[in-house]
Amino acid sequence: MTTENGWRQRYEPVIGLEIHVQLSTRTKMFCGCELSFGEQPNLHTCPICLAHPGSLPVTNEQAVRYALQIALALDCEIAPRSIFHRKNYFYPDNPKAYQISQYDIPLATAGRLGDVRIHRVHLEEDAAKLVHVSASGRIHGSGSSLVDFNRGGTPLVEIVTEPDLDDPATAREWLQLLRTTIKQIGVSDVNMEEGSLRCDANVSLRPVGADALGVKAELKNMNSFRFLERGINAELERQAALLDAEEQVEQETLHFDPRSGELTPLRSKEYAHDYRYFPEPDLVPLAPTEAMLSEARESLPELPASRRERYLAELELADKQATQLAFDADLGAYFEAALAAADGTTPKVIANWVTGELVASLREAKADDADPASSRVSPDALAKLAGMVERKEISTGAARRVLATLVAEGGDPTRIVEREGLGQLDDSGELEAIVARAVESDPEAAARVRDGNMKAIGPLVGFVMRETKGRADGGEVTRLIRERLGLG
Amino acid sequence: MASPTTSELLELTAAGALRRIDEGELPADEVFDAYAEVAAAEELNAYLWRAEPGTRPTPPSADESEQLRGLPVAVKDLFCTEGIKTTAGSRILEGYRPPYTATAVRRLSQAGARVLGKTNMDEFAMGSSNENSAYGPVLNPWDRARVPGGSSGGSAAAVAGRLAPWAIGTDTGGSIRQPASLCGIVGLKPTYGAISRYGMVAFASSLDQCGPLTRDVTDAALLLRAMEGRDPLDSTSVGIDGGVELPSREDLGGLRVGVARDFSHHAEGVEPGVAETFERSLATIEQLGGSIEEIELPHAEHGISAYYVLAPAEASANLARYDGVRYGLRVDGVADLVAMYERTRARGFGLEVKRRIMLGTYALSSGYYEAYYGSAQKVRTLIARDFERAFERCDLVVTPTSPSVAFELGARTADPLAMYLSDYFTVPMSLAGIPAISIPAGLAEPPGGGTPLPVGLQLAAPAFAESRLLDAAHALELAIDFQERPA
Repeated sequence: MTTENGWRQRYEPVIGLEIHVQLSTRTKMFCGCELSFGEQPNLHTCPICLAHPGSLPVTNEQAVRYALQIALALDCEIAPRSIFHRKNYFYPDNPKAYQISQYDIPLATAGRLGDVRIHRVHLEEDAAKLVHVSASGRIHGSGSSLVDFNRGGTPLVEIVTEPDLDDPATAREWLQLLRTTIKQIGVSDVNMEEGSLRCDANVSLRPVGADALGVKAELKNMNSFRFLERGINAELERQAALLDAEEQVEQETLHFDPRSGELTPLRSKEYAHDYRYFPEPDLVPLAPTEAMLSEARESLPELPASRRERYLAELELADKQATQLAFDADLGAYFEAALAAADGTTPKVIANWVTGELVASLREAKADDADPASSRVSPDALAKLAGMVERKEISTGAARRVLATLVAEGGDPTRIVEREGLGQLDDSGELEAIVARAVESDPEAAARVRDGNMKAIGPLVGFVMRETKGRADGGEVTRLIRERLGLG
Repeated sequence: MASPTTSELLELTAAGALRRIDEGELPADEVFDAYAEVAAAEELNAYLWRAEPGTRPTPPSADESEQLRGLPVAVKDLFCTEGIKTTAGSRILEGYRPPYTATAVRRLSQAGARVLGKTNMDEFAMGSSNENSAYGPVLNPWDRARVPGGSSGGSAAAVAGRLAPWAIGTDTGGSIRQPASLCGIVGLKPTYGAISRYGMVAFASSLDQCGPLTRDVTDAALLLRAMEGRDPLDSTSVGIDGGVELPSREDLGGLRVGVARDFSHHAEGVEPGVAETFERSLATIEQLGGSIEEIELPHAEHGISAYYVLAPAEASANLARYDGVRYGLRVDGVADLVAMYERTRARGFGLEVKRRIMLGTYALSSGYYEAYYGSAQKVRTLIARDFERAFERCDLVVTPTSPSVAFELGARTADPLAMYLSDYFTVPMSLAGIPAISIPAGLAEPPGGGTPLPVGLQLAAPAFAESRLLDAAHALELAIDFQERPA
């Protein structure tokens, strides 16, 4: 958003997120139907998830285990006994006309991820998918609506943060951290485009320095990280304009339209409910056993926050680099694989090559998928290349050329170096002879350097590099030229 | 012994018929056909669906060890039966054929029983007279101008009227015990969780329980034994630990029987005939060696009030799924979705169901929840505690089953509160989740005179003490020796 941000001197944004994560269990939350995506509609249904008379829910134990893992990864306190409630509302995506969810006693509370406190984590079931046959894609004004119950009853974990975020970009970064954390646990695909990760935001402004919270709006349908940031930005601008005009912000739910970037209020019938929560009499309380808890605790992999700590403390990576590798699941996994393949190469050097050169060359090569894991450059090859640079077997320039070849066709860096004759010149006699020729070929530059103008050394170094096809080490070349010109 | 005549056959208890089948005196198919024929010609409106005479529904397990030998059983139309229409007494489920069978019915089939018919009932089990059925009231076989009780009125009338050897029903606040009492038969509400609720169309999930309606206590034990057990499809089912023994006791020696006089004697609206019969039952208990213990159930009298908050609250959610979208009735030709919901539900539900949906929705509404639902839950807990304390001092509790004998059709339809009080004695046990049985205790003239009508005695026991309950009921049944039959 590029509008004036002058209001930032006057108001402070307060942002909280509500995240829904579809668990990748084999079956649904309360029945035995398999989970599916993109299959023929209404294939995976049964009397329970179609809410036939007399059918009853039974809690999916695997979903409970997965939810416990998420809650523990978010450093939450697990309730010894949590209960399910019925959340009542009529809508065709909700065949029982109530959603089984958790209400006053959720699975877990009081956690933290990074700088954001977690208010609660609870289990519930997903709604069915509505397909509205109309241009707007929304139910009002559509000619007809179709219901696909395949998704209905998919296990969901809802994560609610405290309003600890104060900036749209930070909100986006934090959601990425949450995504990586859950992806590493392996309990969800956490794919925003496919809807296995969904995020709503509660957004308000308050005068800088004020304690009381302003009136919040709830933003829905921001189905990518970019849209989340854009949506919150748009809402902050809107609220700031209202406050500047001394108008009231109304508590409402807004729908983000990614095509126009606009926020439109949802009609009250779509959201203004008295949900008439009451305890679900068909289910018994959820009381995780000590064995379930310790099993969930033990099965947690290294999570981004502790991985970042390890990168800083043990691998001595720079802060920014450690964060990038720890919080980006794909890049982090690639780095770990390269580390494992490395033979004594300093981790920091490998990290530089992964976060710097590799990411840049993949982007430059406009690879369809910038994900390093699916590129032609194997972690093994990258580790080898970084090792060769560190041992000064090849120059940095030569290594870049090798990497370009790897990106284009893959292969073994050692062979590429051999094939293209890119090995470092370690015969100092040969290099000295080329340096001598360089000085002879450009006496003018040589004279200026001799007079102390070090900027003039460029053409001389360039000559040597051309002659050696970039195999020479830049520092060594400079040293030899200065020596040759009597500068020591 | 020669094979019995049809009228003799129809007088047999199920256990009696089984014995004859086992002894080779009676072909099982003959029993089924005899009942299918009388059910086809019945005049009580007890059935909503009947198996054709001569049909041979194949039981899922034709196991030799099957105990029930192809005996017919009448099933309340609240149980889902695969491919057989299931209406729950409501228009909103008109034409609905479930894709699956309720666990209780499946267990009966596995034990060798065959479904004879689906019995009429108060719509969604809401009622105490069977006048709330969308398919017309059931008539009491003792007096066709009177109600059979409800909501399992069709099952009770079928068993009492010799249209079925036995039946199953459901009891949420008295829906098995009260019609059993009004029809002069045995009705058992087991402990909540004894029998799976899977496939039983839900009314009030925390109270609904399936149970038998039979000619005697032994038959009730047989049906309970066939149906009880933990079901992986019902998280709240646990079964009865140690199973169910067939009752054998003939005395009550050493048993302490609790009577809460404040609750059972001083209640308003108990008919004199009912009170006298109850006093005679207490005397019989003592003659059988049982001791009468004075106990207190100080909160039981508030049972009806709590029940009529909790049950409608749960019902308002349970009945919300009948929206015209996926099955059953749908009123088409309306402008939008909400209009379709409204028109479908307006046409599909009867008055009492609508009344309870409104009550329940109100009780759960934001701002009222604590005052209604919250308080009712507290009363429920207090009543459960009353029984726990009582059972420290006695083994069983007895009360009349119903404050009245069968009343005339239409007598209470204009006064819902009077109708609700029919369940005054049965609701507290439902709220406490404990087992209770009604057995015929005698006949009494209705107020204002007329043909004497059956009066029931209710016995209640601690949770899962069904064997104790059935044993005591068996001893009383022998002593009372109720031989009267509807004309």
